[in-house]
Amino acid sequence: MSTLPSSPDTAHAQQPGPSHSPLHAPAPHESGLKHTSGEALYVDDLPSPPGMLVGHLVTSTHAHARILRRDASRARELPGVHAVLLAEDIPGDNQVGPVVHDEPLMAVDEVLFLGQTVALVLAENAAVARRAAALVEVEYEPLPALLSIKAAVDAGSFLTTPHVIGRGDPDAALAAAPVRISGECMTGAQDHFYLETQASLAVSGEDDTVHLWSSTQHPSEVQAIVAGVLGVGRHHVVVEVPRMGGGFGGKETQAAPFAALAALGARATGRPVKVWLNRDQDMAFTGKRHPFWGHYEAGLDSEGRLLALNVELVSDGGWSTDLSHAILDRALFHLDNAYFVPALRFTGRVARTNLPSNTAFRGFGGPQGMFVMEEVLNRAAELLGLDPAVVRERNYYREAPAQLTPYGQAVEGNRLPRIHAELMASSDYARRRAEIEAFNKGSRWTKRGIGFQPVKFGISFTTSFLNQAGALVVVYTDGSVQLNHGGTEMGQGLHTKMRAVCAHELGVPPERVRVMNTATDKVPNTSATAASSGSDLNGMAVKQACEVIRERLRPVAARLLQAERGGEVDALAFTGGRVFLPARPERSVSFAEVVHAAYLAQVSLSSTGYYRTPDISYDRVAGRGKPFHYYAFGAAVVEVEVSGLTGEHRVRRVDILHDVGTSLVPSIDRGQVEGAFIQGVGWLTCEEVLFDAKGRLVTHSPDTYKIPAVGDAPEDFRVALLERAPQDSTIHGSKAVGEPPFMLAIGAVTALRHAVAAFGPSRTPVELASPATPEAILRAVEVARAAGALPDGKD
Amino acid sequence: MERLRFFLNDKPVEETGLSPTTTLLRYLRDRVHLTGTKEGCAEGDCGACTVAVLEHDSQGAPALRAVNSCLVLLPMVQGKRVYTVEALKEGGKYHVVQEMLARELGSQCGYCTPGIAMAMLEACHRRDMDEPWKLDAQMCGNLCRCTGYRPIREAANQVAGLRPQDRFARALAEARPEPMALAYEAGAQRFFTPGSMDALWDVLDKHPDARFVMGGTDLSLEVTKRYAEPPLLVSLEALPELHVLEPRGGGHRLGATVWLTDLEDYARVACPPLERMLRYFGSRQIKNRATVGGNLCTASPIGDMAPVLLSLGAEAVLRSRAGERRVPLEDFFQGYRRTALGRGEVLAYVDVPAQPEGARALAYKVSKRRELDISAVSAGFRVVVDGEGKVTEARLAYGGMAATPARARRTEAALVGQPWTEATVEAALARLDEDFKPLSDHRGSAWYRAQVAKNLLRGFFHETLSTPVPRLAEGHSATVQVR
Repeated sequence: MSTLPSSPDTAHAQQPGPSHSPLHAPAPHESGLKHTSGEALYVDDLPSPPGMLVGHLVTSTHAHARILRRDASRARELPGVHAVLLAEDIPGDNQVGPVVHDEPLMAVDEVLFLGQTVALVLAENAAVARRAAALVEVEYEPLPALLSIKAAVDAGSFLTTPHVIGRGDPDAALAAAPVRISGECMTGAQDHFYLETQASLAVSGEDDTVHLWSSTQHPSEVQAIVAGVLGVGRHHVVVEVPRMGGGFGGKETQAAPFAALAALGARATGRPVKVWLNRDQDMAFTGKRHPFWGHYEAGLDSEGRLLALNVELVSDGGWSTDLSHAILDRALFHLDNAYFVPALRFTGRVARTNLPSNTAFRGFGGPQGMFVMEEVLNRAAELLGLDPAVVRERNYYREAPAQLTPYGQAVEGNRLPRIHAELMASSDYARRRAEIEAFNKGSRWTKRGIGFQPVKFGISFTTSFLNQAGALVVVYTDGSVQLNHGGTEMGQGLHTKMRAVCAHELGVPPERVRVMNTATDKVPNTSATAASSGSDLNGMAVKQACEVIRERLRPVAARLLQAERGGEVDALAFTGGRVFLPARPERSVSFAEVVHAAYLAQVSLSSTGYYRTPDISYDRVAGRGKPFHYYAFGAAVVEVEVSGLTGEHRVRRVDILHDVGTSLVPSIDRGQVEGAFIQGVGWLTCEEVLFDAKGRLVTHSPDTYKIPAVGDAPEDFRVALLERAPQDSTIHGSKAVGEPPFMLAIGAVTALRHAVAAFGPSRTPVELASPATPEAILRAVEVARAAGALPDGKD
Repeated sequence: MERLRFFLNDKPVEETGLSPTTTLLRYLRDRVHLTGTKEGCAEGDCGACTVAVLEHDSQGAPALRAVNSCLVLLPMVQGKRVYTVEALKEGGKYHVVQEMLARELGSQCGYCTPGIAMAMLEACHRRDMDEPWKLDAQMCGNLCRCTGYRPIREAANQVAGLRPQDRFARALAEARPEPMALAYEAGAQRFFTPGSMDALWDVLDKHPDARFVMGGTDLSLEVTKRYAEPPLLVSLEALPELHVLEPRGGGHRLGATVWLTDLEDYARVACPPLERMLRYFGSRQIKNRATVGGNLCTASPIGDMAPVLLSLGAEAVLRSRAGERRVPLEDFFQGYRRTALGRGEVLAYVDVPAQPEGARALAYKVSKRRELDISAVSAGFRVVVDGEGKVTEARLAYGGMAATPARARRTEAALVGQPWTEATVEAALARLDEDFKPLSDHRGSAWYRAQVAKNLLRGFFHETLSTPVPRLAEGHSATVQVR
């Protein structure tokens, strides 16, 4: 069998019944076959409109400098160049900052990072644009640049005031604690490395309107920023998103500047303009996961129970604020991870440096905060000679009062004790840990390690008002459906899930529902597709819109079926493309017949839907509130092998048990869990973002920046979704999945530490830097070996 | 002047006026609007641009080869059959690689997927997909940021070696691919593919500064990254004299223009240290286009073929119109990216001599990521031990430790005449710091390079204790395979 029919649109159900709902059943990705054939279109694949120009950015060559002079006159004279725009050519606001207005679209008198846009060349093709860019004269007076968190802290350079969350008297509790651990740790930046780089296409129209196709997770914000830059009302701007070739947070705010440049160019020249970044430009110009520095002081009892914890976090926000506030907040909200800390003080602040503006990235500060806690628990386990999994279990949130998070939200429905027990058994953790200990005794150059990692992750935008979504469902008289919702598809399978929700509510096969490009003229004022919230928020809005239409159709169907007696109308079932009374399934009408009859009866066949998350709020000043609708849980067991000769490692086996509630589409959720985990492993092991002494990105392409390749995936990868775990008050009992499993990868660090420690005597303290590159691991191995070589080495 | 001519998805194509350094990728997307093929990096590191080209393997049999279209310059496919992702779907029916990828949810965002499908297509038509490790070796040139690879592995596993009766099977059965000579010119740029040695010498007489190119896996980066417009390139692809791969005098003759995929197949049995290096050299797509000669003539300090060939005592055979001369490989590298090649001279072969009795030989490559990465340190070691257990000869060659691939002469000297024991190795290792003063860069610090250079020799000692020339163990193997 080498080929299959291309059209799945043959599955028009004839047999009505509950099994026809696409909900809770595995399904391929809604665009899967189109991905494999190249038929799936991304912004850069759209047919070029006639006369399209290329927008090329002229960017700063200094990390920090005063601009003394800008002169584009020579560049403008080059044949094939239609315009070269500077800041003064912006008709509206020279401002693209998403929250704080500290981000000029084009620099005027100062540049704040190497790669900041100074001018925009609009030319017939890329080659001419590059030649013109070289002719744009910008004279700089270099200024001192802050290129690390430490340099920024020393210089007192911050983007925020401290955010403090506290409970009890941690200093007294620390002083009284039998075991105390203190130290510092750093986590590194991470490039999103979405395979599709930033891309925007702008076409100007009549009345100063502009239509954009943008690869963005946040079309409404792109619309708002473009309108501001052009100085027009938002009703003059339409932003449309076909699909993204990956986002991961990197297109939440940072698609906007490139869209704004394309729109500006289109307005200035009257021609369609495309701004597409090549890989090196994309990596150099855009922000990454925030590096975090952390200092901790922990007090524990002799069995590894946390008594007190003081943590100070400083993140590297880069040159502008972007989303750094909220990312720092989420880091603080996840310092506790899954563990109850009786007395604590968590403080966080964002440093301002002269580097690209760091931004959202899957986990949104959560991984960085959680890493600090896991470092503390790993060090405690190493110091006390305990199994790190046991130390974690002893610290889980429990019943009141040990169920309150540092910010006062109760951890309700804590599924970790159950997940812990089930995963320990299914992964055979205890036996394997004993086998590894035996293996390590008999192996001189190679050591193995095993790590267990639980995760609790809060679901909701922590800026509470963002937790809203809309949908627009349109039914045509042949019974086919167009589904518009506010979420964007970046590969996460949101459209697959939304189509399933819609098909379920209307009782039609999913093939009869077409998910449309996300567009600001269909569903307005949307929040970003971010914070793992896409399905939760949009799913509810889609459900509501569909219910409105279905309830309008119900009396029409009842008339057709002559089932208008008391109770019968409400009992009508919509499923499998047919409508019928469950008591008389042999007598049914098709959905299309009902729709057509409704049309003739002058019944509206379209509806919007809307949803907002109830009962969430947070008081940042007090450090108290209920920022999350609920928590998602999961755990992983990771086994690694480390070479003591090269510091290389490989992941031998991974077992994951993850809580997605009652999965909307289990095959999609499994893909999210696996992909997030490997992305996390990349962050913690091979992905290293490096800048040189001038603030120039050294790792600006996959030649030098290494994300995991196929051989880095575990040889044995066992992923299960927690069964019988419906969640209250969510879309069909499901839970968010995009981000939480990313942090399961911290288990790889615990496993690596276990292996590294085996090169030294027992209770060897492990000093493993992040990311745990071969060099970092070999350094840690050498330190462990040296501990064994010391005459007073305890063994 | 001649036209560019090739087959694109089985349709004949003719072009003139296009720069000879137009990449196949830009041609597909910009000129003929086949946008299924994606640009993810324009440097051969992500695989999103993968297409298939009908080539011939080392036995001369037709073979479908996955290549990075971002590194292929249009004149390089002269006369060849090129297939893009758009060719997979036939008569409205999806190909089995597409169906399996979709069924396994091997795509999420889908941007890497066309390249993944084309890399899988090669696997689908390979006759040698008989061992599990070959799957990862086939797919390691394709980065996916979404899936974590498990479903891609599943899908690749299901199609590997399936060889369905599709359009590609028909083309493989019918086509007799032979490289075609070409003299092409557009604007101020020229591209020659001479069809005979005499034609080559004629070109070189007229253009002694011509630059040679084969697969372009290194040179094309100047075009895609630095926007260079080299005025004259000479491809050696249509010279059968250089395309040899055969046993010779107990050793091997490696033609300069042999694709590394073919060399890897050959080395599996014939020369395990070479295979050990090639397993983690580039990706399948890169090895399908990279050559022995290209890798040596770039004379990069981190060219991975050099250390292993240096350790095996290889000689470079240089040819010009005047004749042939032999240069020990250590003398071929004259400085950072400088070789012993004179004007009008080409590297024709690398001769690997028969290995002496008592030889222990291996090669290693250490990089931040195991697959498709540039070495921090690479090494080729050969130590000859006599019947009494004494070292009679040592060749320890390293990459990444100096401006050129180089031998560790002082360390070698400390081994020769000594018993081949751990104590001898440990004593000799102190000399390695005198041999090399490595640099710090993003691939590794000076400390790391020096430490790993020593540890590789330690590992070599232990790994060759029981088997002088160990084969690569199967599965996901560590660089140094010792417990």
